[in-house]
Amino acid sequence: MSRFRVAVHVVPRRGLLDPQGKAVADALHTLGFRDVAAVHVGRHLVLELDARDAAGARAAAREMCERLLANPVTEDFSIAEVSAE
Amino acid sequence: MKFGIVTFPGSNCDYDAYRAVVDALGEEAVYLWHKEHDLQGADVVILPGGFSYGDYLRAGAIAALSPIMNEVVQHARRGGPVLGICNGFQIACEAHLLPGALLRNASLKFVCAPITLRVENATTRFTTGYQEGQLITLPIAHGDGRFSADDETLDRLEGEGQVVFRYAPDRLQAEESYNPNGSMRDIAGIVNQEGNVLGMMPHPERAVEPLLGRPDGLALFESLLQRVAA
Repeated sequence: MSRFRVAVHVVPRRGLLDPQGKAVADALHTLGFRDVAAVHVGRHLVLELDARDAAGARAAAREMCERLLANPVTEDFSIAEVSAE
Repeated sequence: MKFGIVTFPGSNCDYDAYRAVVDALGEEAVYLWHKEHDLQGADVVILPGGFSYGDYLRAGAIAALSPIMNEVVQHARRGGPVLGICNGFQIACEAHLLPGALLRNASLKFVCAPITLRVENATTRFTTGYQEGQLITLPIAHGDGRFSADDETLDRLEGEGQVVFRYAPDRLQAEESYNPNGSMRDIAGIVNQEGNVLGMMPHPERAVEPLLGRPDGLALFESLLQRVAA
């Protein structure tokens, strides 16, 4: 077993109203960033976990997302990065 | 009848629920600490309002994994009544006792106000004391109350009569401002398919005495009493 860092992104499902993302987009427009079409605010989680290999760490993180870290009703997740410690 | 009121770390309406049951309804109530595994013979379980686990990750997500939730889910599967109020509604959704999810209010603001509700289904064991279509006033106090689900789920909820309470305009409110949180199809409260689990964002337990305003929440507790005792 070795230690891995797995970065996970959880974002609101596309198409659902994301008032926080809209508020941030409006603020960016105020600053003059007129090219910003939309902002989606989510969560970035970093897991430090022990696994046999990177594939095992990724699979474990995926199951954690499905069971707790993301809400399947309203959120999508992606495994952004897996790296050995 | 005995009510079991679950106290999670961060619950803050457990005492309100206790007062509603013991003082207004005149029935027995016990607090159930979230780390216990014993419902102490409760006939009805209340998941109260508050900010369990500081709303970390998502409102209700961590409380849904508390030890006592095993017993609460078993109680619900046996057909036992469960009433989830506010944070309790969020916990019930996260524990898959109810479909859907409660998201951040569309306004991004915490809303604390009396609001008007329409009773959509007066045949559930929680609502026989109301009339279908009746307008009632209950307080809300939440930042994450925007009920959301996919269209298929929403259609099923409406088709099966599982939408119990909806935000509704009264004479004083403008048509566009009666929904306080952007909830899909104005949904304020739903029951599961079997009808024994009710989740709602408004607080009936805070509206049981005339001294505190219109006691429109009392009929909900009285409905339970009649139905379960019968």
